[in-house]
Amino acid sequence: MEFSTSPYLLKDTSVRRVMTQVLLALVPGIIAYVLLIGPGILAQLAIATLTALAAEAAMLRLRDKPLALFLGDGSAVVTAWLVALTFPPVAPWWLTVVGVLFAIIIAKHLYGGLGQNPFNPAMIAFAVCIVSFPALMSQWPGAGSHLAPGQQFDWIFGLTPRLDGMTSATPLDALKTALRADEGHSGPLPFLAGNAQAVIALCYLAGGLFLVWRKVITWHIPTAFLGAMGLLAGLLWLWQPAGFANPVFHLLGGGAMLGAFFIATDPVSGATTPRGKLIFAAGVGLLAYIIRVFGGYPDGIAFAVLIMNICVPLIDMTTQPKVFGMKDQ
Amino acid sequence: MGLMQLFKFKGGVKPATNKAQSVTLPIAKAPLPSVVAVPLHQSIGGTPRPLVQVGDKVLKGQMIGEADGWISAAVHAPTSGTVREVGMYAAAHPSGLLTDCVVIEPDGEDRWIERQRVDYKALPPEQVRELLRDMGVVGLGGAVFPSHAKTQASRSVPMEELVINGAECEPYITCDDLLMRERAAEVVKGIAIFRDLLQPKKVLIGIEDNKPEAAAAMAEAVKAAGEDFQVVSVPTLYPAGGAKQLIRVLTGKEVPANKRSTDMGVQCFNVATAYTAWRALGHGEPVISRLVTLTGNVAEPRNYEVLIGTPMDELLAIAGPKPDTDGIIMGGPMMGFLVPEAKAPVVKATNCLIAHSPALFPPKAPEMPCIRCGACAQACPHELQPFQMYWFARAKNFGKTQEYNIFDCIECGCCSFVCPSRIPLVQYFRFAKSEIWARERDKKAADGAKTRFEFKQHRDEREKQEKAEKLAKAAAAQAAKKAAEAAAAAASEGAPAEVAAPAAPLATGPGDTPAGPAAAPLSPEEAAAAAKKAAIEAAMARAKALRTQTQPQNTDNLTPAQQQEVADIEARRARLREIAKTELVHADAPPAATAPAAPAAPADNSDTSEK
Ligand code: SF4
Ligand code: SF4
Repeated sequence: MEFSTSPYLLKDTSVRRVMTQVLLALVPGIIAYVLLIGPGILAQLAIATLTALAAEAAMLRLRDKPLALFLGDGSAVVTAWLVALTFPPVAPWWLTVVGVLFAIIIAKHLYGGLGQNPFNPAMIAFAVCIVSFPALMSQWPGAGSHLAPGQQFDWIFGLTPRLDGMTSATPLDALKTALRADEGHSGPLPFLAGNAQAVIALCYLAGGLFLVWRKVITWHIPTAFLGAMGLLAGLLWLWQPAGFANPVFHLLGGGAMLGAFFIATDPVSGATTPRGKLIFAAGVGLLAYIIRVFGGYPDGIAFAVLIMNICVPLIDMTTQPKVFGMKDQ
Repeated sequence: MGLMQLFKFKGGVKPATNKAQSVTLPIAKAPLPSVVAVPLHQSIGGTPRPLVQVGDKVLKGQMIGEADGWISAAVHAPTSGTVREVGMYAAAHPSGLLTDCVVIEPDGEDRWIERQRVDYKALPPEQVRELLRDMGVVGLGGAVFPSHAKTQASRSVPMEELVINGAECEPYITCDDLLMRERAAEVVKGIAIFRDLLQPKKVLIGIEDNKPEAAAAMAEAVKAAGEDFQVVSVPTLYPAGGAKQLIRVLTGKEVPANKRSTDMGVQCFNVATAYTAWRALGHGEPVISRLVTLTGNVAEPRNYEVLIGTPMDELLAIAGPKPDTDGIIMGGPMMGFLVPEAKAPVVKATNCLIAHSPALFPPKAPEMPCIRCGACAQACPHELQPFQMYWFARAKNFGKTQEYNIFDCIECGCCSFVCPSRIPLVQYFRFAKSEIWARERDKKAADGAKTRFEFKQHRDEREKQEKAEKLAKAAAAQAAKKAAEAAAAAASEGAPAEVAAPAAPLATGPGDTPAGPAAAPLSPEEAAAAAKKAAIEAAMARAKALRTQTQPQNTDNLTPAQQQEVADIEARRARLREIAKTELVHADAPPAATAPAAPAAPADNSDTSEK
């Protein structure tokens, strides 16, 4: 349809602008990350971004799509940043590359590219890597030990042998034990650097509120996600304070804030109707808690999001809002 | 401006209003154009019948097209002069198709017919309505629905609110604003006409809060007239001036797509319509001019009182379009359209002409895939899911678009406005609607053909049967005659008269006379059976016809507004077809702009998916 019809006035907006605002909203969290955990994350972000852009360009070329238009839309960078931020900061560089390649090539382009992917690409990357490289995906800097910047880079680029001197080179079960052992006490996770996680989470929260304010996302998903997770955590904690961590611990620990504001809100793979968003996000929050607490993985956000992604068509179909004038019919 | 509770409608957008530039100067009168071309079909409903011929001299205000049916409105000569042409002429329509026009060469004298003011209060309401129709009063907010047809309250629901629309929410347009500022007293008098006809409990005049001068002028005029109308400032939010949105904001009522607003005790008129209603009754002036905002890429944006039929390019020239002007938008930038033919005449629906330039309206960025961000759904004032409809429209799954209520879409453009992927959503919806209508029409045509075939078969059979009956009768008469002759002969020979008796029944029917020469091809039993069959068929046909009448169908029983939409869609469709000839080939393209708005309904009982 070549000829142009109304509206002739358009809001000054674009996919690129939406994506840029998402990236901007991540910046406070990244700054806190650098200050509290170390600059290694910057290397990870750079690796992820470059890999994502290269993979995106290659796929666009293969699929014969306009390169400049799509490469500039910023969606690949958002995916890359989310991969980097959910992976351990000291993960080897090639792990980040593998994750991003998975996200961009398999989860995004093989499903049809921008707007077509039924699954959250960053979470596909996380899930694939944690299943394939459980040990590497669980190496977080240990509590209280602030790794020197040089040391972080050494680890990322494989200049020092891993495991040696690693503060928390724990396989999954050990992590889990640690988590279990810590439960009942409020406070940060033991295998994380002090209370860094909570501070970073609060920064993500601030960025997320910025997105709500800018109307890039609506309140539904974060509210339902955090509400459902907090509620379940709260009930179990009230029931057995010694056996379960308190809800604040859960909401500020792990990837809850990042998940609630930046991951579950991915519009392409999430529910779209207001009620659908509530159901979708509550599902993610509950599943994430269950997997995190009772499952075999350190955090359950990725699997929770992917499981709920599958339910999206059904959720959307059954939650279509009533149209104007039809509310009482 | 009384304090009252206002309601909100969902969605809406806030485009830059761009109104300031055209309100600095008072309304001016546009000079007499070199030619006026008055389209006969300027309102929803029947196309008026032309009353003049080429060569006729007409006076200003003389009726040149007579309303055809109840939902129709007369058209009049905007100035005195000579009829030069009655025929197809460029139209103010996105399709670019021609329409039936009366083209008048002005004589420069601008001589009026004899104008008669009427004391409408002394007349029965029915007569007032007829007057409004014959004066060509139609909705000037853009919908051009014949106003008289909206002045009848529902039989079962009492009229509660009369909503007067002075919101004028579209960017750039300021003609209602200026009208209210300068002619508030007459607007108020016009509102009183509608009030008297409808007898609502309340009259609410809604004006967007970016027009404080207009609101003040109206409040003043209401007070001066001693009326109890309420002037209400409503928040500036496009499309607050949509009838349904304004009704919602002022009364809290949501009129669904399938209902008349009077069925919910509310009715809505535009301020300019009220003004023309008063000019018609109070001054005897039919609707031959209207206020038009000339704005956009022009040197001097301003509102003009313009004769209907004025060529748009000639009109726009008054405002001094700048050199890079490359088109004319009729209406606002949200719902208007680029006029395909610059000499197309101003019509009653023309509220604004915007000089288009690439600088003012930059070419659209390339379309990206939908990222399901939901911005469109949040902006939609009808609470639709535009991206879902888009998805299905693109896939040509039109049934699904209907499931997602595509016909509730008012094409306000909010969704396209906000879409970060720059998808021309409304364009897809227009396309889908036109395709759906086209399919309905094709189906109707096929059903119609079937009905006609069945009817022909039925008729052939009946004719055959009638012929047989005739033959049988003739044979019987023959036999009767013979018998009578025989009887006469016998009588003359002194035979008993009773012999003639058996002949009598013969005259009335073939009967069981063995005497009949075997001329009748039908036995009496067969004839009787055929007659019975015909009767049954006739009854079935009647029942069928009745069912068709009573079953609401997708394209029957449309409100005139919907019929207009069909006509518009047909026209757009024709245009689409022109442009995408290879893609959209349908053999039976109708000249839609001039086609009757509603497809003639053949008597079928096809179970079209009615809601
Ligand atoms: S606004 Fe555009 S990109 Fe967003 S959901 Fe609607 S159609 Fe898709
Ligand atoms: S054009 Fe239709 S779908 Fe789009 S916002 Fe307006 S009513 Fe909703």
